[in-house]
Amino acid sequence: MSGVRTPGSERARLATAGARAVTASALSRQPAKDRIKGNIFLALLLAAVTIALVGLSALVVQAFIEGGPRFSLSLFTDPPSSLNVENAGFRPALLGTLYLILGVVVLIVPLGIGSAIYLEEYADSDRWWNRAIELNIQNLAGVPSIIYGILGLAFIVRGPLDLGFILAAGSLTLALLVLPVVILAAREALRAVPPSVREGSLALGATQWQTIRKQVLPAAIPGVATGVILAISRAIGETAPLLLVGATTFVTFNPTFFGENFSALPVLIYQYAARPQEEFKVLAAAGVIVMLIVLLAMNSFAVWLRNRYEQQW
Amino acid sequence: MEARDTIGVSRPFGTMPSRSLEAPSPRYGEKLIKAALAACAIISVLTTTGIVVSLLLPTISFFGEVNPADFFLHSDWAPTFSPATFGVLSIVVGTLSTTLWGMLFAVPIGLAIAIYLSEYASPRARKIIKPVIEVLAGIPTVAIGLFAITALKPFLENFIPALESTPFAAGVAGVAIGLMITPIIASISDDAMRSVPGGLREAAYGLGSTRMKVATRVVLPAAISGVVASIVLAGSRAIGETMIVLLAAGSQATDSFAFTSPVQTMTAFIATTATGDIATGTITYDTIFAVGSLLFLMTLVMNVLAIRLVRRFREVYE
Repeated sequence: MSGVRTPGSERARLATAGARAVTASALSRQPAKDRIKGNIFLALLLAAVTIALVGLSALVVQAFIEGGPRFSLSLFTDPPSSLNVENAGFRPALLGTLYLILGVVVLIVPLGIGSAIYLEEYADSDRWWNRAIELNIQNLAGVPSIIYGILGLAFIVRGPLDLGFILAAGSLTLALLVLPVVILAAREALRAVPPSVREGSLALGATQWQTIRKQVLPAAIPGVATGVILAISRAIGETAPLLLVGATTFVTFNPTFFGENFSALPVLIYQYAARPQEEFKVLAAAGVIVMLIVLLAMNSFAVWLRNRYEQQW
Repeated sequence: MEARDTIGVSRPFGTMPSRSLEAPSPRYGEKLIKAALAACAIISVLTTTGIVVSLLLPTISFFGEVNPADFFLHSDWAPTFSPATFGVLSIVVGTLSTTLWGMLFAVPIGLAIAIYLSEYASPRARKIIKPVIEVLAGIPTVAIGLFAITALKPFLENFIPALESTPFAAGVAGVAIGLMITPIIASISDDAMRSVPGGLREAAYGLGSTRMKVATRVVLPAAISGVVASIVLAGSRAIGETMIVLLAAGSQATDSFAFTSPVQTMTAFIATTATGDIATGTITYDTIFAVGSLLFLMTLVMNVLAIRLVRRFREVYE
């Protein structure tokens, strides 16, 4: 072997030269090929970010451009019409959405926060039934909204609850749909409160409920509120399940909570959009403006709330 | 002093009269509250039970009348015609077609955004881009559907002239769905990539890797379970999406994967057929639930898979 015959000094010289070459190649500027490849890659990444941002903001801008000229106060005061496009508005649908959301809030705030407190503070996650509830909620969050419509149709409108095609049934369906959103967000907020807060309170003699009500819950309120707002904004835009539980098209009178024949903003937008005439699509775009203003304001508020009150323990 | 003796300082340890650590009262209120909270949590289990029962019973009666082989193995979907045929493959293909076009758009773009946000973006750019994408993710799908028919379709006609001859196209619905699910892929994949420990990146840089190699050969493989989870979750959303396909893909069961072909999806079938006063107990009514069961099963499998994968990347790195 040549290595064996090389004198000691010669071997050291070769080793040093080798090491120097490796270091030089590692520390020198990248080969041109790698540099070009890296730049192309970064350009592609930036292109993707641009496409997504442009696409999503084009959506908002387009609604304003197309529906803007049609946007007026009469949109809020006039009932819908299938014949007279000039005077058609959204009043009963807007009121319908308002009532639907009121019902949703009344249901999801206690139920969502209650479930989250149980799972986070009381439930022993070693028990199989508690783990089953957890997995179940995660799964429910991914069930398509139209399946909730089927549940509403078969279980709430007909079947066991038998409420009929009334607004309250729509409200209940939407509440069940967004409940997992509230539970998951509230649990995350509760989990972020460090155990030392609970231990301190318990050590001072507070009961578990006193600890939760006076210490844990107040600390978690911003996160919980964010979750509730996001759930409400999801419920406002949800259309498919309402189609199944009887949100009918052209109701020209104002809805009542337990009355049949109600409509909702997104449902009416859909009904206008699905018509072939251009004027109705413009009207739909004007409705989208109303919806987007409400939703973007709520979502931005939720994101702001989360960033503003995110507590560092 | 007297007082010292009474508080027992001089007594040997253990002879002090022991005070019970039990609560002085049975605390029925506490137990009641716990029970009430548990009842809240049970609601979600009841919801699932309700979904399964309300899907299952009509589905069973559906398969009492229709041969399962005719349902699953044929593609001649015309349940409201007479004579009715129930080959569900046509609308399964419709669903897969819009989903596929959506994924073709959303997977590369969503992953690129995630790589950019976690590996390239300055903290400031990240702080702006991520919330904007998350807020835009909250746009209702009916608004995206309207955008698809009023703006996206005319735009795509510039590149694909064949679109002009059809009012509805799976591809247009697909791209709109892609726009809807891109934020899901970007957001979850970004979380997964950011939970990859910095040590892995530093080791790769130390060996002379370029930034691109670190992103694609080190971080991406290390975060793969989270990335796959985001894609599966997005796929399940795309399959379950109703309003976009209702507005942009039409209601014609064509069993075609073509970009320009109109298709009917499973969700669109349910939404168009179940609206209006449809009589219970008829075969059409049961058909809605049979299709619903299939849709529920497909998304359930995907969701369970995604939940498992997310849990895995959390276990490895957190």
